[in-house]
Amino acid sequence: MKIVLSWLRDFVDIDMPLDQLARLLTMAGLEVEEVRLVGLPMPPMEKHEFKFTGLSWDADKIVVAQINEVMSHPNADRLVLCKLWDGQQEHIVLTGAPNLFPYKGQGSLSAPLKVAYAKEGARIYDGHQSGQVLTTLKRAKIRGVESYSMVCSEKELGISDEHEGVIILDDDAPTGMPLVEYMGDAVFEISILPNMIRNACHLGVAREIAALTGKPLRMPVSKMPADGPSIEDQVRIEITDPSLNPRFVFGLIRGVRSQPSPYWVQRRLRLAGMRPINSTVDATNYVMLEINQPLHAFDYDVLVQRAGGKPPTVITRPAYPGEKLTTLDNVERTLDPFTIMVTDTAGALSLAGVMGGLESEITENTQNVLLEGATWNFVNIRRTVAAQRLPSEAAYRFSRGIHPALAMQGVQLCLDRMAQWSGGQIASGFVDAYPEPLVDPRVVITTEDVQRSLGIHLSAEQVADLLSRLEFTCQVEGERITVQTPPHRLDIGQGVVGVADLIEEIARIYGYDNIPASRLADTLPEQKGNPSLEMEEKIKDILVGLGLQEVITYRLTSPEREARLLPPGLSLGDVSYYVRLQNPIAADRCVMRRSLLSSVLEVLEHNIRLRDHLAFFEIGPVYIPQQDELLPDEKPQLVIVLSGCRDLPSWDQPEVQMMDFYDLKGIIESLLGGLCVQDVKYEPSDDPVFHPGKCARILVGDADIGVFGELHPLIMERFDFESAGSPVLAAEIDFDALLYAIPSRREIKPVPLFPPVLEDIAVVVDEDISSDRVMAVIVETGGALLTDVRLFDVYRGEQVGQGKKSLAYKLTYQAPDRTLTDAEATRIRQRIIDALGEQLDAQLRG
Amino acid sequence: MAQYEELLQKLEEIQSNALNSLEKVETETDLQTWRTAHLGRNAAVMQIFTQLGQVSKEQRPLLGQRANQVKLALETAFEEREETLKKIALQETLVRDRLDVTLPGRRPIRGRLHPATQTLRRIFAIFAEMGFQIYRSRDVETDEYNFELLNIPAYHPARDMWDTFFTTTPGVLLRTHTSPGQIHIMRENAPNPVRVILPGMCYRYEQISARSEIQFNQVELLVVGRNITFGDFKGTLTDFARRMFGGHARTRLRPSYFPFTEPSAEMDVECFVCGGKGCSVCKGCGWLEIMGCGMVHPVVLQNGGYDPNEFSGFAAGMGPERITMLLHCVDDIRYFWGNDVRFLEQF
Repeated sequence: MKIVLSWLRDFVDIDMPLDQLARLLTMAGLEVEEVRLVGLPMPPMEKHEFKFTGLSWDADKIVVAQINEVMSHPNADRLVLCKLWDGQQEHIVLTGAPNLFPYKGQGSLSAPLKVAYAKEGARIYDGHQSGQVLTTLKRAKIRGVESYSMVCSEKELGISDEHEGVIILDDDAPTGMPLVEYMGDAVFEISILPNMIRNACHLGVAREIAALTGKPLRMPVSKMPADGPSIEDQVRIEITDPSLNPRFVFGLIRGVRSQPSPYWVQRRLRLAGMRPINSTVDATNYVMLEINQPLHAFDYDVLVQRAGGKPPTVITRPAYPGEKLTTLDNVERTLDPFTIMVTDTAGALSLAGVMGGLESEITENTQNVLLEGATWNFVNIRRTVAAQRLPSEAAYRFSRGIHPALAMQGVQLCLDRMAQWSGGQIASGFVDAYPEPLVDPRVVITTEDVQRSLGIHLSAEQVADLLSRLEFTCQVEGERITVQTPPHRLDIGQGVVGVADLIEEIARIYGYDNIPASRLADTLPEQKGNPSLEMEEKIKDILVGLGLQEVITYRLTSPEREARLLPPGLSLGDVSYYVRLQNPIAADRCVMRRSLLSSVLEVLEHNIRLRDHLAFFEIGPVYIPQQDELLPDEKPQLVIVLSGCRDLPSWDQPEVQMMDFYDLKGIIESLLGGLCVQDVKYEPSDDPVFHPGKCARILVGDADIGVFGELHPLIMERFDFESAGSPVLAAEIDFDALLYAIPSRREIKPVPLFPPVLEDIAVVVDEDISSDRVMAVIVETGGALLTDVRLFDVYRGEQVGQGKKSLAYKLTYQAPDRTLTDAEATRIRQRIIDALGEQLDAQLRG
Repeated sequence: MAQYEELLQKLEEIQSNALNSLEKVETETDLQTWRTAHLGRNAAVMQIFTQLGQVSKEQRPLLGQRANQVKLALETAFEEREETLKKIALQETLVRDRLDVTLPGRRPIRGRLHPATQTLRRIFAIFAEMGFQIYRSRDVETDEYNFELLNIPAYHPARDMWDTFFTTTPGVLLRTHTSPGQIHIMRENAPNPVRVILPGMCYRYEQISARSEIQFNQVELLVVGRNITFGDFKGTLTDFARRMFGGHARTRLRPSYFPFTEPSAEMDVECFVCGGKGCSVCKGCGWLEIMGCGMVHPVVLQNGGYDPNEFSGFAAGMGPERITMLLHCVDDIRYFWGNDVRFLEQF
């Protein structure tokens, strides 16, 4: 919302510097995003608490001047020479402004033209370059005529983009006065909070300033007499549903003549971001920006004609199914039943509160204006704006709620402005349909309420004073204040909500800065911790300690992205397989993921050429729709992905080895070991994502907690992994199952006091006997005195024969209470060898 | 007589000869040769002991004493020389083994947490010390929990504040903030006091750009109790800002609007890049917006199962990615889920 400083001054005195005003507004919830200087000097600031832009006009070099005569240029048809008086001396100024051409050759002008005059050395914007490019006026010869100064356009002075002609000021502008003094201004770009729509106008912002500074607020007043023939019986209003249209007011003005508005009106509208049209239309926009009430002007004669020459009846109602209307922007629109229509006996006239219809719109030639000021249900306006994709200044306000009292004020003020700027005679009286007048809330608040919420003690009188500044009417009885909401705001509720609404207003005007900070002194709630999060953090720490990089990926993906992990020949199931978005932002982010592995492989793909060694993990949910459940299961998973060389190549060891299955298995073993997970087994698995011979399932007891392995070559082909020249290893672990497998406590064994007996054995077994089975026999047979077994060599070759392998183990025997004798160790060893021979047909290797 | 004098004289010569030659010994081998020559069984000084019988009975102890003194002197000199030679040898080894210390070291491969996790952990730690528990809730939510119970009815103007992803199941959406967790935790806890932080991934229907993402982390705070005031909320957040952004961090609370809090505020911290003078990070205004916050709205308390006439509370929400960006002058939010190692490795 663009708020113009000079406009604010119509309603409240402002004597503080611009940055202080910006701070005052911001700290009251009217956040100033930018201050655009339109002539005024930049305030001195130590810290730039606000963004200042725009142009300051040098008081010496840019002044109000008058053109006394416009003469033709001796050498150029498209230029004129102006005889100009700047209050001190006469100048001949060259310009190509088309709006001066009509005065050419008229001799000395009886009514001199007041203009904005920039002298040599003035800094202004270059009118011939797009955007705002600063330039300094220099002496030059144009077509043989000396030029050192100029008459300015709005663009050159930073008022607007308008560069068609020069500014012609109003006749009463004092010649010789520095322009900054005459009309130097600033525009505050204020972001309006959803509950502060009342401040989307100059009166609203001025009211806040008055409340914050204690200065009086001047209300806008009407000046023109309303003494024409009465509006009574000239038009009738029928409201079919007061909940959609609480109030509808008509006023009438006869004999208007639309023309360009006075320059100061045009300037204000432009500064506030609206385009001046003509004095009649401008009046409606001006009043909306002034007091917030959107207004709509009908050509009265068109309505009479549509009513067959009789006084028209205007009816408001919901649109009929399939009803059509061509709006002002010349678009034929098909309407929904939630759209409210303004109609007459001949059909639709306008989309209530959003946009007028083409037919009944006023034109340059309209003489009699029927002016509508109405109030609409904000929900219907919102839905219409959304359905028609038709935002407008009126709809912006109506969709947030405009108080019905403003309808009457708006019509009154607007008729006055029309009469001032377009001439005409205001009909006396109004036609006002207001079937169920709004009762503004009355809220009882106590000083205890304020104390309990804000932590400060204010007396009942202080509370009443703060609220009265915002025009609340307060009655104090002891510690109770009965507060009547003023008839311009809809944001105050009833009862306990109303109390909270008022406390916010009290805090805002009192100043958040003035409320002292304290520390929580209330009862500390029960401290429960969050065990699953704590364990998740521990798991992350272990994985990071093992050299892995955590990643966090998008949880939105597409079935096509995830299809890369589907086994060849299979396609996606039915649509209920996914949580799908109704309004995806992009085709490749249209469902919630079901595969975390797919997301992490995308990360690997992105980075594959950037580093020699890549090791990633992510812990995050996948989303599985549940039959007969509204919401999906959000199942957390752990995914690990490895690719590239085992160690980083270095200057003394340029040879590197690629990571393989056992690197990933080692990470999983270290992770499970670090979490003290017991009873872990690895079984070959045939998960189709993985290489059939290089894939294992992780079992904890009987529970399957995940799968890992080397990616299947056919899956690899679907990703851009080729150039890496390394296998891709991946693990997909059910995170909840992993958490469940972690023992809640464990005992630490005492450090042994007696020396161990160490021994190596190597056995030869058939190739198809897994290492796991050999290990199991050793551990089982070894019993309690066998405290550690470690496989240290696997050998295949001539010495052991074809189809055989040799497995070598380091065995540690140890007793907790004595030093073991060699004889004892030998007995255990012999038992192990016998058992291996019996159960696995293993031969001791010599 | 003459014999005694002669032998004494000889001892002097033995000593001075031996010491002279010892000075020339430079290697361990030569040193051992010297030792055999001058202290071995056949050494000159040892010969003197065999000749003690040649002198008179009275002179014999004197000569013996003198011979012992010479032997001891040679032994001491030998030990000193041995020590010196060892030192020299060590020195030579040390010089020979000198490395080019500027060659790069062998770095173990280091893992890292994602920057968003790192920031989340700092936030968790600060609030944990103030007694806040961590509470998590689901990403896919109902309209009821995400909006209606938070005092945001359908078609409410405030709905414009959240661009929402809806799923194809009516009434089910991707949470736009972690606030649904407020209702969940209150309903689980009422009427006991609550002091929690609610972290989680949230989603907004926005074009992905350097400034906006469709997915982002949020951390919310919720405190509910019988004596919770605006002052408490100001104090708690100010303490947090000091710990997160440094002891000198200046903050301010500026009125704002959220449907689920009232009074509502935005907390700004003075730009720590420029100290408030105005720079590109703070877009010239000297302040950085870091948190939306406020006293819990009575309707929300009621929906959570607390009587607003007895209970009050405050809530606040912040974005860890945004905070990370501000702290490290990161200018593109897409880096976070892009997971480019060249970004991740810098944290």
